[in-house]
Amino acid sequence: MRYLPKSPAERQEMLGAIGAKSIEELFSSIPERFRLRNALNIPGPFSEAEVIQYFKERAAENSNGYTSFLGAGVYNHLRSVVTDAIIQRGEFLTSYTPYQAEITQGTLQAIFEFQTLMCQLTGQEVANASMYDGSTATTEAVLMAERLTGRRRVLVARSVHPEYRDVLKTYAKNSGLHVEEIAFTASGTVDAKALLAAQKDDVAAVVVQSPNFFGVIESHAALAGATHASGAMYVVAVAEGVSLGLIRPPAEADIVAMEGQSFGLPPSYGGPFAGVIASRDKFVRQMPGRLTGQTTDSEGQRGFVLTLATREQHIRREKATSNICTNQALCALAATVHLTLLGKEGLREMAEQNLSKAQFALSELLKIPGVKRVFDGPFFNEFVVELPRSVKLVNNQLLRDKIIGPLALGTAYPELTKRALVCVTETISRAEIERFAGALKQALEQPV
Amino acid sequence: MNEKIKKATRHTNQNEGLIFEKSSPGKRAFELPPLDVPAADPAKALGANYRREGIEGFPEVSEIEVIRHFTRLSTWNYAIDLGMYPLGSCTMKYNPRVNEFVARLDGIATEHPYQPQELSQGCLKILRLLEKCLLEITGMDAITLQPAAGAQGEMTGLLLIRAYLHKQGNPRKKVLIPDSAHGTNPATAVIAGYEVENIKSESHGQVDVEKLRELVTADVAALMITNPSTLGIFEQRIPEIAEILHAKGALLYMDGANMNALTGVTRPGDLGVDVMHLNLHKTFSTPHGGGGPGAGPVAMKKILEPFRPVPILAEKEGGRLALEPMRPDSIGRVKAFAGNFGVLVRALAYILAYGPGVRQATEDAVLNANYIRKNLEGVFDLPYSLPSMHEVVFSDAIQKKNGVNTMDIAKRLIDYGFHPYTTAFPLIVPGALMIEPTESESKEECDLFIDAMKSIAEEAAKNPEIVKTAPHTTRVRRLDEVGAARKPVLRWKPATSRSEAAD
Repeated sequence: MRYLPKSPAERQEMLGAIGAKSIEELFSSIPERFRLRNALNIPGPFSEAEVIQYFKERAAENSNGYTSFLGAGVYNHLRSVVTDAIIQRGEFLTSYTPYQAEITQGTLQAIFEFQTLMCQLTGQEVANASMYDGSTATTEAVLMAERLTGRRRVLVARSVHPEYRDVLKTYAKNSGLHVEEIAFTASGTVDAKALLAAQKDDVAAVVVQSPNFFGVIESHAALAGATHASGAMYVVAVAEGVSLGLIRPPAEADIVAMEGQSFGLPPSYGGPFAGVIASRDKFVRQMPGRLTGQTTDSEGQRGFVLTLATREQHIRREKATSNICTNQALCALAATVHLTLLGKEGLREMAEQNLSKAQFALSELLKIPGVKRVFDGPFFNEFVVELPRSVKLVNNQLLRDKIIGPLALGTAYPELTKRALVCVTETISRAEIERFAGALKQALEQPV
Repeated sequence: MNEKIKKATRHTNQNEGLIFEKSSPGKRAFELPPLDVPAADPAKALGANYRREGIEGFPEVSEIEVIRHFTRLSTWNYAIDLGMYPLGSCTMKYNPRVNEFVARLDGIATEHPYQPQELSQGCLKILRLLEKCLLEITGMDAITLQPAAGAQGEMTGLLLIRAYLHKQGNPRKKVLIPDSAHGTNPATAVIAGYEVENIKSESHGQVDVEKLRELVTADVAALMITNPSTLGIFEQRIPEIAEILHAKGALLYMDGANMNALTGVTRPGDLGVDVMHLNLHKTFSTPHGGGGPGAGPVAMKKILEPFRPVPILAEKEGGRLALEPMRPDSIGRVKAFAGNFGVLVRALAYILAYGPGVRQATEDAVLNANYIRKNLEGVFDLPYSLPSMHEVVFSDAIQKKNGVNTMDIAKRLIDYGFHPYTTAFPLIVPGALMIEPTESESKEECDLFIDAMKSIAEEAAKNPEIVKTAPHTTRVRRLDEVGAARKPVLRWKPATSRSEAAD
């Protein structure tokens, strides 16, 4: 087998040195009756060419050749080939968690840079590296708020990503947290009155997302004011990080939970991505996840180490701030390289292109008879339209034109049937937007 | 230079500051295609309140500077691609490059989790085949691929147990955990809403079965066992342990972190385990990447199947596959979307490359661990003498007499060109040296490691100072961790605001 570096003779020699007659002898501590007698029934062995062939065949059964208007927490953005070239360097790819700081300074410094970039983007003072994704980051932010406030009620906006809310509910069910949902208004933003009415002095956290699941940008000042007045933590989830290149960061937030997928990570059918929690310095000791800190060595040189580990499971066990161990380090590195490539100007320009393309797409779609915009709040690269008929039926027709249409909202929001969430990033050309608008118009003109 | 250091030589590497320190206004490393629609005015589209000016301090560098920056940083890392990485419990094995290649294919990396399922059959077939392979390897009945890492797999497993017991009328209160367990086990039990009760190991390092019999009451939901244990020893009485639990209505959870010792040789499902997680980034070779991403599938017996996290991968008529979002008894979602799909792709590529021959990898891993054990026994203290599986745990008891501890030896190993073993774990071995070579090491590399360890033991006896002040050859010397934690500096700030902060 090509991955195994021993010849049969070397195996024999090693067995001899151990004093074992056969390899079987090394497994003697497993009771005889439980040892497998037959080979496992799994396909293979495959040569490298066969492995590639298998996956190319599977790839051909997917969506190659389609233009997609899906976002909803997973975004297609331009990525430089440089990012993959860097993260595939074996020194990064095949290194472990940097517990041995002297021989992992590369990873440690890169994490320190990641933490800095995340602080700059979110307007927060400290950021970890990393959580599994935006959904678990949001959940862990709530658990952090629970520890900080000692309270157990959580108010989460219904305009937060449905899957983020699902994950929060799974975790909450068993940790005594009580989750309540807050409605959205006709503008698609959090219903501030409903939030105010639900506020009491037992609320640990208020969770909003911005841009929210409908693509609408929330106005934080009033929501955060009401939240802070009752002593709760204001938690802001960010699912589309590129928006922070153009939109004011949630400075009012006590905790920001961000999904880093938009920073150089491919959609990859839903993962691996990189979640981040950013917060205030004063809350750092209740933060979950890894943190890298700057320090000096015995000769006074600058260096980096994993720090504040007394929060973590390998030290604190059942008293840890989280059970997270393996995180999404290589994804965080990809985000670091990607954001460094983009830089100040590149990120701003990418964000502006998203805004422009989405604005253009909306104006094209609104020319189609029967298509209306639903929520009128300001948006970044996603917006909701109402169609005169079922989104699913329309989308089925669009597939014939090799277009993957917008997300039907009726599944997650029963009151939003015939509404569709359209995402347009910088990767979609004007011609594709026009083709989509044309195909949609035609689909709606077909007799039902 | 010490002539006994055979594997490594000093060589020059480049200094490099933080990227923020290299930045200068007006430089860029990325250009977008020109905008082909009318440019929106952000102030008008968003309103002045929402608009942000440029991000202060964000990097401004050119492409060559980005390449050099990260390449220089990379050369400061040790990695499996450079040599043996004997971190016990971490299973640092070779990460095949073809796995990286296939995970990045168009049609794999490009797929959106919400695209129509009829355009996702390739993705779903990959998930289905991986499920089948892992079920065959574990001897279990059902599986979920959703958890993002081992610790999340543990949580999912305990939530399955909780949901099952709850359905029977009482979720129970406690989870039993041996004192040799990974720290994630107790941390997870708490998140799943359980109290933790530790069980002390008996004198051979195994679960104390007599004690267990006393502790398993109607309050106990489960025992979380690691097999082989963190001592690298197979829990020989595991079928009996399962019986004790089952007799009292409790379940047996197995932490599959050490599955590299068992794959193709025995199956947890056959041993009486009810539910377990696998660390695909350990046993199934997906790259550790400096700390992730991983994946922590959870395999289970039939009784737990109704409680699996949604969505559930289901086979429809005509062999079509679908992700079904609703199951009445499901514990819910543990993560958004369909798990760490890209990691799952790599794990399947690994399994397909071996096929049933994956047993050979297990055999070689156990052979390497025992070869190292045989050669270092006597040189280092072996606190538990039962047969080793894929890893061996020594202690620093002999070297301690000269004031040299496991951390010193580990740091000195760096000078010899190796990554250290795991230090100070498991907690039941004071001054532990936990060594897991994996199957990826040749006899030559194992011999170099053995030579290095013997040489360090000799130094510890004759010249302990050189060990205690190691490493001597790295870019940085031992770092001030206490200072880092006392006054945390967790991000870069521009020079001016830093001096303001100091005021």
